[in-house]
Amino acid sequence: MPTFSVRENFPVAADVWRMTLVGATPALAPGSFVEVALPNCYLRRPFSVCASEKNSFTIIYKVVGKGTEIMTHFAEGQDVDVITGLGNGFDESRVRRKALLVGGGLGVAPLYQLALNLRSRGVKCVFVGGFNSEKDIFLRNEFETICDEARYTTMDGSFGHQGLVTELISDVDYDYFYSCGPLPMLKALSKVALTSGQLSLEARMGCGYGVCMGCSIETAQGPQRVCKEGPVFDKEVLLW
Amino acid sequence: MVDTKVDLCGIALQNPVIPASGTFGFGAEMAEYYDLNVLGAISVKGTTLHPRFGNPTPRIAECENGMLNSVGLQNPGAEHVVKEELPSLRRRFSQPILGNICGFSIDEYRECCRLIAPHVDLIELNISCPNVHNGGMAFGTTCDGAAAVVKAVREVCDRPLLVKLSPNVTDIVSIAKACEDAGADGLTLINTLLGMRIDIRRRQPIMANKMGGFSGPAVFPVALRMVYQASHACHIPVVGCGGVQSAENVVEMMMAGATAVEVGSENLRNPEACKKIVEELPEVMNKLNINKLQDIIGIIE
Repeated sequence: MPTFSVRENFPVAADVWRMTLVGATPALAPGSFVEVALPNCYLRRPFSVCASEKNSFTIIYKVVGKGTEIMTHFAEGQDVDVITGLGNGFDESRVRRKALLVGGGLGVAPLYQLALNLRSRGVKCVFVGGFNSEKDIFLRNEFETICDEARYTTMDGSFGHQGLVTELISDVDYDYFYSCGPLPMLKALSKVALTSGQLSLEARMGCGYGVCMGCSIETAQGPQRVCKEGPVFDKEVLLW
Repeated sequence: MVDTKVDLCGIALQNPVIPASGTFGFGAEMAEYYDLNVLGAISVKGTTLHPRFGNPTPRIAECENGMLNSVGLQNPGAEHVVKEELPSLRRRFSQPILGNICGFSIDEYRECCRLIAPHVDLIELNISCPNVHNGGMAFGTTCDGAAAVVKAVREVCDRPLLVKLSPNVTDIVSIAKACEDAGADGLTLINTLLGMRIDIRRRQPIMANKMGGFSGPAVFPVALRMVYQASHACHIPVVGCGGVQSAENVVEMMMAGATAVEVGSENLRNPEACKKIVEELPEVMNKLNINKLQDIIGIIE
């Protein structure tokens, strides 16, 4: 499968790393994901695309186990086998003028390229990021630069509002929302959001390209694979 | 020029490499990666009479050199498979198709076979399913259970009938013989081995269903041993399956007694795994001085 080369790989928050890979690829869609093959791991690991342009892409990963620990040792110039362009990605045409982007933890990552693309379409973006603590926050400068407003919540109150992202959106003016983060957050957001929106789900996957049926969910449109029909789903399709 | 052709129950295969059921869908997703016509045949996703969502998630756990799955036979049901999936596969694939059928009662197996058989070249009967009329005991774990379902399906099956055996038994040879005596034309072995993993931080099983089928390179020696035993005890062809990840593994399976070889989990970590094995096969044969692949089947006494 395609080989990419590590351009940079460094920590950006507590146990959170940022890796940029270069190789032959078109710009990858925000909300789509890649599957990275790792030495001494049987299955690949899926990561959402945080940023991408022609011939390069960036992922943000949290060190949670053996696989991601191995990734922290990837050196500049190292070859990595990656399958790119997986999943459907966000539909950027859904929003008319003002988008609400809500990210929780690592779920903030795919909203970055989305925000860049929306801004280039002339869409105004309000970003709300939820983290456990100030030390977990990443891409803060980036979101503050590209969004019209960036708001933060932390569970421990060490940065921004103390509490949940849903407590910070009632006064935001938006006509569509996009979100990625933990399931309870997505669920709560779907309930309080006044508009339609798209949510990107996380799932334990086998293959990542639709053949193993490991990541299936029940939806209003029948069984769907998070890796193939998703990972981005319309709010109305998800059964909570 | 080496000869990779094999004859499986009277069906000519251009090579012995077959993606195993449940690791290849109905071919559509893999066709995005390569032209499927390089394959010997395809064993499609296990099909039940009615649509099934399968087990709760997580359904996948990783192991050293392998994985566990508890997908639970998610499939769109026989009617949809006959109307949509198989015609679509036929349009893009001109080699033989194995229809893999599952059931939870003998009647369901028969009905499912009746619907699927006319649209495929061989039937592969998955007898590892629990029998709901017998306390959930899998058909394939007793000689009587295995024989009963094979006999019933045989009556309605006008295609070559392969029976895919569960390795979770005390004596694989007696089950293999029982299937042969009940009318099987061939055997596929092995299905997955029952396994389990625990997340020690969360103090919970990794998979929602607690246990699942263990597959991948780690099981290759177990599969090879069972292929060897069954193929030497029976007079019908055996399809080897379990942990195959290279052309060398294909040759090894065939030397043990396999007529054809299925590749399973490897498809889940490399979508082009089967293509790669097919392409490497002639080179490996040359290196090993094998002219005709058919000649090495079961050469190990």
